Amino acid sequence: MLNDSILSTITFVPTVGAIVVALLPRRGKLIQWFTLLISLLTFALTLHLPAHFQYGQTGFQFEENHPWITSPNIHYHLGIDGISLWLVVLVGFLGPMAVLASWKVIETHTKEFYFLFLLQQTAMIGVFVSLDMFLYYGFWELSLVPMAILIAMFGRNRGPQAAIKFFLYTFLPSALLLVGLIWLYAKTGTFDFVETQQYLSQNSGSIAPQALWWVSLAFLVAFAVKVPVFPLHGWLSDVFSEAPTAMAMVVAGKLGLYSIIRFNLGLFPSQSREVAPLMIALAVIGILYGALIALVQQDMKRFIAFSTIGHLSFCTLGIFCFTIVGLNGTVYQLLNHELSGAAMLILFGILYERYGTYDMGLYGGVATRLPRMATLYLITMLSLIGLPILNGFVGEFLILSSTFGVHPYWGAAATLGVILSAAYMLGMIQKIFYGQPSQLVANKTVPDVVAREGFALVPAVILMLVLGVASPYWIRAISGAVSGLAQNVAHATATFTTTVAEKR
Amino acid sequence: MTSSLHLWLIPLVPFAGFLVNGLLGRRFPKALVTTVALIATLIPFVQVANIALHFSSLTLPYTEQVATWITAGNFHADFAFALDQLTLIMLLVVTGVGFLIHIYSVGYMAEEEGYWRFFAYLNLFMFFMLTLVLAENFLLMFVGWEGVGLASYLLIGFYLTKDSAANAGKKAFVVNRIGDFGFLLAMFLLIAHFGTLSFSEVFNQVAQHPEWQGGFLTAIALFLILGATGKSAQIPLYVWLPDAMEGPTPVSALIHAATMVTAGVYMVVRTHVIFDRSPFALSTIAVIGTATALFAATIGLVQTDIKRVLAYSTVSQLGYMFLACGVAAYSSGIFHLLTHAFFKALLFLSAGSVIHALSGEQDMRVMGGLRKKIPITFWTMTMAVFAISGFPPFAGFFSKDEILYQAFISPNGLGKILWFIGLFTAGLTSFYMFRLWYLTFFGESRAQATTAHDDHGHGHGHGVHESSWVMLTPLVILAILSGIGGWVGVPEAMGGHAEIAHFLSPVTGAAHEAAEGRSMELLLAAVSVTVAVIGWFIAHLMYFAKPALPAQLASKVRGLYSLLLNKYWVDELYGAVVVAPLLLISRYVLKGLFDTGVITGGGMAIGYSAQGLGALVQRVQSGNIRSYAGWLALGAAALLLLTYVGFGTHLLFR
Repeated sequence: MLNDSILSTITFVPTVGAIVVALLPRRGKLIQWFTLLISLLTFALTLHLPAHFQYGQTGFQFEENHPWITSPNIHYHLGIDGISLWLVVLVGFLGPMAVLASWKVIETHTKEFYFLFLLQQTAMIGVFVSLDMFLYYGFWELSLVPMAILIAMFGRNRGPQAAIKFFLYTFLPSALLLVGLIWLYAKTGTFDFVETQQYLSQNSGSIAPQALWWVSLAFLVAFAVKVPVFPLHGWLSDVFSEAPTAMAMVVAGKLGLYSIIRFNLGLFPSQSREVAPLMIALAVIGILYGALIALVQQDMKRFIAFSTIGHLSFCTLGIFCFTIVGLNGTVYQLLNHELSGAAMLILFGILYERYGTYDMGLYGGVATRLPRMATLYLITMLSLIGLPILNGFVGEFLILSSTFGVHPYWGAAATLGVILSAAYMLGMIQKIFYGQPSQLVANKTVPDVVAREGFALVPAVILMLVLGVASPYWIRAISGAVSGLAQNVAHATATFTTTVAEKR
Repeated sequence: MTSSLHLWLIPLVPFAGFLVNGLLGRRFPKALVTTVALIATLIPFVQVANIALHFSSLTLPYTEQVATWITAGNFHADFAFALDQLTLIMLLVVTGVGFLIHIYSVGYMAEEEGYWRFFAYLNLFMFFMLTLVLAENFLLMFVGWEGVGLASYLLIGFYLTKDSAANAGKKAFVVNRIGDFGFLLAMFLLIAHFGTLSFSEVFNQVAQHPEWQGGFLTAIALFLILGATGKSAQIPLYVWLPDAMEGPTPVSALIHAATMVTAGVYMVVRTHVIFDRSPFALSTIAVIGTATALFAATIGLVQTDIKRVLAYSTVSQLGYMFLACGVAAYSSGIFHLLTHAFFKALLFLSAGSVIHALSGEQDMRVMGGLRKKIPITFWTMTMAVFAISGFPPFAGFFSKDEILYQAFISPNGLGKILWFIGLFTAGLTSFYMFRLWYLTFFGESRAQATTAHDDHGHGHGHGVHESSWVMLTPLVILAILSGIGGWVGVPEAMGGHAEIAHFLSPVTGAAHEAAEGRSMELLLAAVSVTVAVIGWFIAHLMYFAKPALPAQLASKVRGLYSLLLNKYWVDELYGAVVVAPLLLISRYVLKGLFDTGVITGGGMAIGYSAQGLGALVQRVQSGNIRSYAGWLALGAAALLLLTYVGFGTHLLFR
């Protein structure tokens, strides 16, 4: 049955592709075409998941569980629920977009680039489908390596520095994560997510609460850096400005936020509740901080980096309010931001391909020259600022309204981000597209959006509209998974606090 | 009535028009673009007219649920449309005036670059505006609410290469977003207290709880007011509307006079059930409205750009509608909204015809003497001027007078003061409108022979000319409506039947009547006509009889004159108090000091210390097993000690 092996297939098709890429001769666009084929195939396979997903059923589906290593007890355990379902499909969808975006930019080292790109695909899908935490950790680490190498290889001008920064920021906390995982294994005797979850909820008394607290913190920090949560975002703007578009598209957001939802909320509900006030404060600061810095950024890549911090902070906010509505909104916002953010990065990339600079100040009056480009920018921008009937609005509204229900003042403060995001996004559009053509634009004749770019972007733009009006289709899967999670957190009465209090 | 009305088609047809023209219009011949755009507006108009004809046979309110939009946890919002008396009036205004302005635009925009783009945006606007009006819940209303802002942004910035237009478009959107922030918070409060955003459910719950007075309802109402001040350009968020005049004139007529800017008034009337429970919120609206009416009218006295005068006049007239809402005379507010849509659209379109005739000139100081050259425009403009100034039997007289009367008899303690300010503002209105009238159409032409103002590509290469019939026909129709449009609300004191108040009463409740009776109403009407005549007389004196007078007066009260001319420096104030500090803090404190200094610097510090640590660790890795064992033991001891002391508990967030 396909259902029994579909997750493995999706995960490892890109790996097989990567191996083939390594063997292909460097001739013409052969590698590009092949990678495109593989990424399209992967995407097609991911569509099997929503088609055969049992909606309304809780727990994991499409499970594969085989013993892998007996000692330590590691299983090859895959499975998805409503949260990871759409993230896997999202990775599949972004794959072809990324290949098309890299088509012309990556001229040297194509083999290395596409090899690592496909490996990265495997790693990301692996993170979302792994239910054995050791396996998960393997994929997590794997997702960092190709990224670091590619940043170093293809950086604009300070690639190696950015790569080192990325390394320091992500590998060090990952080491903490590993320590936490092993400690948990020592206590529970299993790496399996489901079993660990059961063990922790049933034997909460037998584990020292302080220790569990530190473990949850190790998890949280590792994930929060990857999101990134303010003030751990120091790496993002450098990585965004140095990494090739295809890598920048996937580096932020989903891996970290997914992991927080899955592990911090799933395994450590009471600890998550303890840390929630801090995380909510950081999220709201992140929303406003990201927006305010984006307001004064001239470099497009740094601009989108700070706008990303702002948008992803909405997700952090939604997670740590622990409401069903908010968690639904968070997962939805995550999907939407990855989609629209990726589209925006590609758009900046294709403008750079034409004019050779990311400095907004040098642009002006592009709209009259490249009307189709202007249209794509405009729609993507509107999606990012949360215009109703486009995708960004639904998630943002669910997050903000549910936050307001539990923390009115934080909710109101976060809503200010709505004003600021409009200000900086419209400012960006104005600088690039309105006014008389600048010297740079006037002196250079460039083509409007070409077919290849259209293939990358038009499906995304259509999806923005569809996601904006037909949210129930997606949310029905998400809802089943997150409502269990929200109850989990709500029922996990602050066991930790009480035990400590008793001890004193 | 059992068969479906298919209300969803009303907004969706213009959307289809937008898609067709937006995607393919570039390659279409102009005639095809025109056809698509006009049909996409005509169909909804016909449908609405058809509904209006059969209106008495409907069971109201009629609702139509199309699909679920969002459902998550206990939150639920539908694509649902509703029809009642209030909706019908709004629909007639939007589709009727909208269609006329589409026709006018065919002539006005004929020579413009990006003709297809213009009509695509206009259709998009119609889609959002009709969604706003038809929505059955707050969230869908918000779709239209934000969406008309988007259409407005696109149309203000229609002349892409003009920096002032781009700035104005951005300003409009961002200022509107401040209002939207209020709307959003109001919705969050509604969800928190009612668990739903459906109009009927919220209003039913309020009706079932007569003990709810003020409190959270006041909070909701105040946030809604913030939203309304953004969309309807009231103090403190009116600043975007005058700048919005950068857009093509038909846009100013449709969006920034007749329809979009009235959305705030519509929203307040739609949600009046909430406002009725909060005297404080009502007084707030009344005060905001009256203050805005006066404030904008005083600025309008001295402006020289013909469209700017009309813009401030719009802000001022919207203030009257807010005043009406504030004294709970909702049907009077909607009545004025209706007549204002006619005469203000007419004023803008006539002004557009003037501008068109003068090849893009908007400065009234270089106009003059146009009465003979463009006679039809002159006569339509005259109708509009009389209507807005409040001369019977023109439309504006009945609706404005109704508002003033309702303010006068209002139980609100401020009523008499508000009435007086409203009356004074009516005099100012009459003055600045006749000033515009005289400056534009009377006297000798003050145009320089060489004024080749050609901002908009109106260069026809010949002199002053009357517009074509495609532009004049809408003018004539609107002129007739400005003349007789007020007759649907002739008060009973003047022998009428106040049809519109009766028609709206199922939605808004019955209109108030004063104890003093009809003689009082007639007396007040006489007073306001007198005031309008005084305004006219002064304008006649200053701009017709003694044209040197204004300059002398301006030099005598230089301070006041420059205060008004510079619009009280409010834009500058906002810039200095809000925008500049925000940008400075972002640039130097957050980006410069904090992000580059603390975050990046901190990251680098960690990086270097990690390198240093690595060097240290290297030294420790001596390869000596005994030394490893020693370190291990030491580490274990340290860990044990830490656990014993309970080191972890000090770092918790509680």
